[in-house]
Amino acid sequence: MSDEAKAFTQTVPPAETAASSRQPSAKEQAWEKNTLQPTLKKNPERQKEFTTISGHPIRRLYTPADLPDWDAERDLGFPGEPPYTRGIHSSMHRTRLWTMRQFAGFGTAEDTNQRFRYLLAQGQTGLSTAFDLPTLMGYDSDHPLSEGEVGKCGVAISSLADMEVLFDQIPLANVTTSMTINSPAAVIWAMYLAVAEKQGADWKKLSGTLQNDILKEYIAQKEYIYPPEPSMRLVIDTFEFGVKHTPKFNPISISGYHIREAGSTAIQELAFTLRDGLEYVEWGMRRGLDVDEFVPQLSFFFNAHSDFFEEIAKYRAARRIWHKAMVDRYKSKNPRSWALRFHTQTAGCSLTAQQPYNNVVRTAIQALAAVLGGTQSLHTNSLDEAWALPTEFAATIALRTQQIIAHETGVTNTVDPLGGSYFLESLTNEVERGAWDYIEKIDAMGGMVAAIERSYPQREIAEASYRYQRELDKKEKIMVGVNDFVSQEKSLDVLQIDESVAHRQAERLSKLRAERSQAEVDRRLAALRKAAQGTDNLMPLIFDAVKSYATLGEICDAMKEVFGIYEEVAIT
Amino acid sequence: MPEKKIRVLIAKPGLDGHDRGAKVIARALRDAGMEVIYTGLRQTPEMIASAAIQEDVDVIGLSILSGAHNTICPQLMAMLHEKGMDDVTVLVGGIIPEADIPALKKSGIAEIFLPGTSTQDIIDFIHRKVPQH
Repeated sequence: MSDEAKAFTQTVPPAETAASSRQPSAKEQAWEKNTLQPTLKKNPERQKEFTTISGHPIRRLYTPADLPDWDAERDLGFPGEPPYTRGIHSSMHRTRLWTMRQFAGFGTAEDTNQRFRYLLAQGQTGLSTAFDLPTLMGYDSDHPLSEGEVGKCGVAISSLADMEVLFDQIPLANVTTSMTINSPAAVIWAMYLAVAEKQGADWKKLSGTLQNDILKEYIAQKEYIYPPEPSMRLVIDTFEFGVKHTPKFNPISISGYHIREAGSTAIQELAFTLRDGLEYVEWGMRRGLDVDEFVPQLSFFFNAHSDFFEEIAKYRAARRIWHKAMVDRYKSKNPRSWALRFHTQTAGCSLTAQQPYNNVVRTAIQALAAVLGGTQSLHTNSLDEAWALPTEFAATIALRTQQIIAHETGVTNTVDPLGGSYFLESLTNEVERGAWDYIEKIDAMGGMVAAIERSYPQREIAEASYRYQRELDKKEKIMVGVNDFVSQEKSLDVLQIDESVAHRQAERLSKLRAERSQAEVDRRLAALRKAAQGTDNLMPLIFDAVKSYATLGEICDAMKEVFGIYEEVAIT
Repeated sequence: MPEKKIRVLIAKPGLDGHDRGAKVIARALRDAGMEVIYTGLRQTPEMIASAAIQEDVDVIGLSILSGAHNTICPQLMAMLHEKGMDDVTVLVGGIIPEADIPALKKSGIAEIFLPGTSTQDIIDFIHRKVPQH
């Protein structure tokens, strides 16, 4: 590894590092001497150093001197072909726009079902389900630890009965559904498949995405239940089950979103996410799965932050890295395994509670970066999300933002309109190099599970997050309305979730427990517990338990008895 | 005689795992010369009150983003009162709708810091509230 590559990790190199190897043309040198220097003498630049929001140094001007070894046919190529810099489809958004997929979920299944049907009526093209914290942690709504949290950050789903209500009158054969669930993903997926079965939908045609990315939970979002080994087993169980039964469903969405929200840099987001992806591939192969059979269904999920070009460079670099890794490391022969497909969500952490209407602007710019970076699907945040889950009013503006980008701006008229820009191509190279450096470092630690156990990615993110906070405190970085351009505004009307949701859920659960066959539930939970002690794929057993109306909490507890629970070493 | 350092317990109650804010604050207070203990995730009010007694802290900082503050805060305040810990300064940081602030303050929360607060504002507040011994 070159010293230059090393310089991009951990510490930010001085702005002129890249310049040392630059060999500007005679004309460029003349411009610098005759035009630039006299101007700078009169009007110095506003800052000594210009960096991205991640702290990556940016030069004054990019010219051919910044791309000395760059080969357009090799490094840029053509869309739909390796190395996929320009996108994974040959005509990209000219043929098909990205899926406009707004994440929604709050209150009870009835509340969210209504919002889903509203969003579909407004022209949204895919569903995306947000679950509440008890559901995400595998607790039923009536568990003591669920108190105060039921229906607050998403919809409360404790059993198949709730899932039936959630998708009532929504034909699962015709919509694609994304479900943001991780530790209990296998259970929630089993509930979804059971509803599809009841609707008479063919599993082979079902399409949608399960988040199911446990590694980033240990790294960033911290919604884990079991230790890494059994958690990874459950993930691979869903891969294996999916290859057989639901070939069009994405069993995982390998997520950088939460890593970025936890405060990482763009390069860290990219590197940790792709290294997570490689970890899943390796565990799948160890299970005996054929790379080219399961990898095509692996999907990715990135953040769209405010530093416009850095984000676009990140998506382009992601595609290049994935292609290279699939071909070089795993000898993949199937182009569908090489092409990195991803969903994007605009950056929640960039939204400000102050002057919230400014968030519409931030979100529009971030969404534009995602589109120019070639996203397959997109969620735009609502202006009120620094305060609460969005109101219908705010959620509608967020969806309209995507529709404006798609239909008014003209950016979809041509593929990768920024391709060939000296700046963007240089930045794509640098972001890619920085990410490879991290990936190789994690390889050397023995992989991502080993790195997580050493708190390596957690520590890198905490460092970056603290550095950014200090930059804000010192006003080296500006957040409009927060540390500069401050003004007083009256507060927003935000969505309120009251405790009646918890009461309704508790009633529904006690009715469910009274009406179902307890003997059947006990039998199926015992079978699951027994299988968990062995090595069989647990999906069929979880599916059986779900269909007997065993609750989410009961199923997760049965596995906890065998797998134990994970507790992290808290670092600050 | 050397000044005794201000002791702060940073706690993350509830089921939420988004700990970016808690960790940044813990580090900023430590850099400002305070003794900081971070509880880690998913602490019940009972665990937080016990840790506060055990660590003999002057300040408890709660990070709550999930909307569970109206349940968690009164429970913790009642528990601290029961244990004779009324002199501990309790701060909340996170996503708290403005409408909920008066009731939380009435329950004994000394201050609520909303998103965008600079770490210096929090440090200054603690220095005003807890004079060095």
